[in-house]
Amino acid sequence: MNRQRLSLWWFIGTLVFALLSMLVPLPGVLEPFKPYWPALILLYWSLESEDRVTLGLAFAIGLGADLLNGVVLGEQALRLCALVFIALRFRSRLRFFPMWQQTLAVLALLLNDRLLLLIVRVLAGASLPPASWWISPFIGALLWPFLFLLLDDLRARLRIQ
Amino acid sequence: MARARDESSPLFAGNAAGTLRLIFYLALAMVLMVLDHRSGWLWRLRYGAAVVVEPVYRLAGLPAVGVRTLSVAFADRERLTEQNQRLREDLLLANAKLNRMAAVAEQNQRLKELLDTQHSLELNVQLARVIGVDMGAYRYQVTLNMGARDGVKPGQPVIDAHGVMGQVKEVLPTTSVVMLVTDPAHAIPVEIERSGLRTVAYGSRDGNQLTLPNIPLAADVRVGDHLLTSGLGGRFPPGFPVGEIRSVAPASTGMFMVAQAQPAADIDRSEDVLLLHDQAEPDGPPTPVKSMGPPSDLAPVMGDAQAAPAHPSSAPSIKPSTPPATPGVQP
Repeated sequence: MNRQRLSLWWFIGTLVFALLSMLVPLPGVLEPFKPYWPALILLYWSLESEDRVTLGLAFAIGLGADLLNGVVLGEQALRLCALVFIALRFRSRLRFFPMWQQTLAVLALLLNDRLLLLIVRVLAGASLPPASWWISPFIGALLWPFLFLLLDDLRARLRIQ
Repeated sequence: MARARDESSPLFAGNAAGTLRLIFYLALAMVLMVLDHRSGWLWRLRYGAAVVVEPVYRLAGLPAVGVRTLSVAFADRERLTEQNQRLREDLLLANAKLNRMAAVAEQNQRLKELLDTQHSLELNVQLARVIGVDMGAYRYQVTLNMGARDGVKPGQPVIDAHGVMGQVKEVLPTTSVVMLVTDPAHAIPVEIERSGLRTVAYGSRDGNQLTLPNIPLAADVRVGDHLLTSGLGGRFPPGFPVGEIRSVAPASTGMFMVAQAQPAADIDRSEDVLLLHDQAEPDGPPTPVKSMGPPSDLAPVMGDAQAAPAHPSSAPSIKPSTPPATPGVQP
């Protein structure tokens, strides 16, 4: 029972951590290199424990992120829903990909996410972002193997699932 | 443990219920976005949720504060000494300039009294601190640690030691969000210090410059010209530095010249900023120009309406001066 509660807290903790690190500023030079943390963490959990991650959860996290970020309400909810839906649908295959293939898949997902964001922003009347705006998905994909292994390792050490 | 759910997630296709749910959530998100975009619910919601949102901002701002504290704690003695020395010199210089300014200000005051205008050089400001929070939207906003409880109102100009930074966009109970002058959706009426040409400076897409897209072809604009706020529109008081022209080129349409300017304020680095209060004039056309000329008591008596503007000019707030006789913003 206790272990279950611990694993639930661990799950919630990583999500809160993702939202916080989304808000933490980086020095100006590093700014375009910041990955989209909520997407990465949600991807990890949707691959690892599908019964916890649902579209509803992704929607709720997205709404929370919108509220914190002050962007149009529903923007990140939409992006995260689309992301989690694709990840859940191909979950069985993604899980058994070798790491480099998984990384490529994550890159595709993150690029798709940026594209969605771009569409939403342009429809809302914002101007096109600079080229450096496209770096972030690549950084996210580069970080993915390490994030995945780290979280998996921590999970194994804490003996939670 | 048992993989009982494997039937529900086959290798190649999801179930229809999942797709339906996706469509439902996507539609919900879109409805939310449209409603929010139209009517701006989000800010009311955020205001309500401020109890939750603001501690999160403070928490997310902690790493930045930590880095700052660490850099002070571990900075070696020499660097601190050197910095101290430099600051002393700066202070000395600033004080010297201030003293000279005081004399000029006094002279200005006297001259203005002679001219019967009520423009005061004093500023009514409030010091605020930037909270290090990344607001996502391509980084054209900063968050301050002052909010409605400290009397901050949307639209207040924000300056730093070097120039105009932006204006308050939205206010939460104890924090507020500032839209920077480099935001592409931001425009600020400026005039060129050297020639007095008035135009409008917009933010630019790459986020750290200003664009002046409509300067008349015949206008005299050079690289290195300084931009000041012109005070038109009543939101920014006149005379604050905005930026410096970095390049001038004809626009692709051939109708105007386009200039790029570097903002005068330290947009990226400022930690302490000033919020300006009491800039009085409401939006709208400027008041009609009063007749310039000899003091009113020398004027031939027209009626008692003439005597009204003779106010004591020691009001602590900024009153935009009546603009000079040239007509409004040039195209």
